[in-house]
Amino acid sequence: MSATATEVPMLHVQVDGEWKQFPKGTRLIEACMKSGQFVPHYCYHPKLSSPGNCRMCLVEMGMPKMTPDRKPVLGEDGKPEIGWSPRPVISCATEISEGMGVRTSSPLVEECRKGVMEFLLINHPLDCPICDQAGECRLQEFSVEYGKGESRFVEEKVKKPKRQDIGPRIVLDDERCIMCSRCIRFMQEVAKDDVLGFVNRGSHTTLTVYPGKSLDSNYSLNTVDICPVGALTSKDFRFSMRVWFLRETKTIDVNCGTGANILIGSRENVIHRITPRENDFVNSCWIPDNHRLNFHYVNSAERLKDPAVRGEESPVKWPRAIQAAADQLRKNPGATALIASARLTNEELFLAKRLASALGSELFDVLPRPQKGDGFLISQDGNPNTSGAKLLGLATGRLAEIAAGVSTGKIKTLLVLGEEATDCGISAADLEKLDSLVVTGILPDQTTARATVLLPAASWAEKRGTMINIKGRIQRLNRAVSSPGQARDDWEILRDLIQAVGGSNGIYTIEEVFKQLAAETPALAGLSLGKIGDLGVDLKMTKSE
Amino acid sequence: MTAQPFVMPPPHPKERRIIFENISQPGYDPSIDTFIKHGGYESLKKALTMKPVEIIDAVKASNLRGRGGAGFPCGVKWSFIKHDDGKPHYIVVNGDESEPGTFKDRYILHYDPHQLIEGLVISAYATNTHLSYIYIRCEFPEAAGIVWNAIEEAKARGFVGKNILGSGFDCDIYVHQGAGAYICGEETSLLESLEGKRPYPRIKPPYFPAVLGLYMKPTIVNNVETICHVKHILRLGPEEYAKMGTPGDGGTRTMCVSGDVVKPGFYELPAGAVTLGELIFDICGGLKPGRKLKAVIPGGSSAKVLRAEEIFKVKVKGADGQMVDKEIKMLDVVMDAATLGSVGSMIGSAGVIVMDDTREMVWALNNLNQFYAHESCGQCTPCREGSLWMSKITTRMLDGGGQGADPKTLQNVADNIAGRTVCAFGEACAWPTQSFLAKFPEEFEAVAAEK
Repeated sequence: MSATATEVPMLHVQVDGEWKQFPKGTRLIEACMKSGQFVPHYCYHPKLSSPGNCRMCLVEMGMPKMTPDRKPVLGEDGKPEIGWSPRPVISCATEISEGMGVRTSSPLVEECRKGVMEFLLINHPLDCPICDQAGECRLQEFSVEYGKGESRFVEEKVKKPKRQDIGPRIVLDDERCIMCSRCIRFMQEVAKDDVLGFVNRGSHTTLTVYPGKSLDSNYSLNTVDICPVGALTSKDFRFSMRVWFLRETKTIDVNCGTGANILIGSRENVIHRITPRENDFVNSCWIPDNHRLNFHYVNSAERLKDPAVRGEESPVKWPRAIQAAADQLRKNPGATALIASARLTNEELFLAKRLASALGSELFDVLPRPQKGDGFLISQDGNPNTSGAKLLGLATGRLAEIAAGVSTGKIKTLLVLGEEATDCGISAADLEKLDSLVVTGILPDQTTARATVLLPAASWAEKRGTMINIKGRIQRLNRAVSSPGQARDDWEILRDLIQAVGGSNGIYTIEEVFKQLAAETPALAGLSLGKIGDLGVDLKMTKSE
Repeated sequence: MTAQPFVMPPPHPKERRIIFENISQPGYDPSIDTFIKHGGYESLKKALTMKPVEIIDAVKASNLRGRGGAGFPCGVKWSFIKHDDGKPHYIVVNGDESEPGTFKDRYILHYDPHQLIEGLVISAYATNTHLSYIYIRCEFPEAAGIVWNAIEEAKARGFVGKNILGSGFDCDIYVHQGAGAYICGEETSLLESLEGKRPYPRIKPPYFPAVLGLYMKPTIVNNVETICHVKHILRLGPEEYAKMGTPGDGGTRTMCVSGDVVKPGFYELPAGAVTLGELIFDICGGLKPGRKLKAVIPGGSSAKVLRAEEIFKVKVKGADGQMVDKEIKMLDVVMDAATLGSVGSMIGSAGVIVMDDTREMVWALNNLNQFYAHESCGQCTPCREGSLWMSKITTRMLDGGGQGADPKTLQNVADNIAGRTVCAFGEACAWPTQSFLAKFPEEFEAVAAEK
């Protein structure tokens, strides 16, 4: 651990009879959880302040008994004896102190939880059959774990507004809201756009958006994630799929250089939603809305599904397409350029560079995407893997030279990997001048329309591989869904092209690509896809060690 | 702005009017001239010659307890503030008098505002505070005007503002009006309200006002009557003042008696000077003709109810200093903090609500339950949901829909609130239900059994 960790004093805390040590400043609930004792909670969120309002995390707490001269009374085991407080305390807002004791499952604690569960349910609409949260609802889960199992409530429930359109991406059902205030605190403390609040009083307390304002922050959908119940739902995901059918795939966001960690929720090869995945080195628990929602094109019916060779009847089979591409790429040695993409993985970029050298071409580059960041999770780099492209020598700054070469006719063969050439300063008319235009892509655009050989590739959600974010953290992508039609992983396309151009290269799996990549790249020495793990590895740290 | 003329009846022989001495005088008005004519601001002059710590010691020695309801020793509260910690300090006067059955502060605010201002400036001097707020509930708009006016008058005479009476001590006072919520009487929610936020009580720990109070600075929150007493402690001397009360509960207490007595009203009595029986029958003229006493809530609506024929077994200190068992009848309960605590209730805000034999206890509890359900701030689960649930149950019982399980459910709901909430409102709303059920079980069972 770092030096700062040793400076924080460690305090002794007895959790359910066992003495443990935790750094000063730890919240009691965290000490319990780290000890393996789950404490149910609604309002507490590790990344937000503790308002202590749900009262679900009540535990029994005690302090060491003291002799008159303020020395702890020691028991037979030599450990301090604890004087238990008759009142339960909220573990979320209680900081640990030396000698503190906590009981997480005593009869009093269980009674408290039963009471809180009953209170939360009496005015809850219990519309679980049509609630999007069902299956990942804390109210459901804790009802099973800690609830009474039967209702004594025979009164009329409190009526509140339903289906409130409080923002462009969010619907609010106030009857489901349990007033935990997580969303309010998120908007105050993280999104810094304090538009949510409570109105009215007591059991009529109602979550709402400030009059005349809208919950339109680009981080608004994070409130849906942290809402422990179905009060806040995403318009995009609403009624789209029962969550228990979703398969979750750990991967990363590719919309900018931040590389926020995400989960893709998919079923039967269709992506239904994306949610943030906690990684304190990168994105905490949050992602921007526009990134989260930018996946529908993956499901698009327009996706390129079949390889095509100009002048031949479509669809062609892959071996034919690869052969045609290899033939065209070899045709104009010295007049061949390559445009790769900083949206490709390291493995793909590595193979792209190999292909360029197999073709004897030294003219290659990637398209930079500088953009206005938001100072939070949207970086000033619109590419997810600029660091990788730089590390692997693909970012050469020669894009203008390539464009000029295409325009003057100096370049006769152009290989474009996953980019729209017209974004790279090459006009559609200039593309027409090319002798050969070999293109990989996933959706039709001006470049694919003019391809002499079109090789349909995989989207980011359909492939494995690694990318390096702007801070130098290498992270893994994982396959959530498979590519449509005949579309293939880019690395396989590139491997086959290299083989067709220059003979066998002994690569059969993505692991082998990474192995060769790591062997040839000092910054990645010693790494494997397995070692990178779910949270990635800081390459600068690896280097200095 | 002047309030309607108010004439206090002559004092009962047992009364000792200190706080209400001025207001008792015929023709007394809230102007500064009248106040000065009655010896006003003399205590302040004296205070400014003292060291702040001497004033705190005097308040400690006086055994003054907070008059807002919790009854915390005032001098101890003040001594939590470190005089020279380099931080701004605040005193906030809690004028959000809203406990049902309590109606004393409103008369001070309306009729003798300078008494409060004098007490406040002394308190500020003692605690090295240069900015104070008087928080007045929304329902006293006239009082807010009167107090503002009095502050302006006091400023003009050099009792408030810069360099008070040439002492070099500065203290500004502002009036802040609430927006109409009982919860604002809870000191931390009052501070939130004062900061312009929704008045949700703060969690304690860590937000004890003396440490992290207004704007997260050390803050004293005292009731209107409490602050007024400070002036009199200096005037009479702490020993003389303490002598009026009982050990640990010094000075006078203003008892507000409401309900089924012949002469309801407020009576300023030395703490512990009278029993409940003396208060009701001697001072308040007893019950209306032909009525019998049924129940008393002794300390504001949240205090646990006492039943007329109840006999309490308590432990008291005997002549030899040993604790001995003693039985006291309800009417013999002495009206001080210790005795009321020992019989399972509290002196609270000293709002005594008297109920005679015409009162149905389910009805009385429902009245309180409706109040608490309406006033629960809604921040934390047990109080938010429980207070309305209890109210719905008692309302249904009154409407003829009683069910056999109702008393048990009521009891259990109350038990699930008390002790599990952010603030003392949890107890405040649970105690009536718990105590009414315990003291009058037969009435609840009878109504629950009705079909």
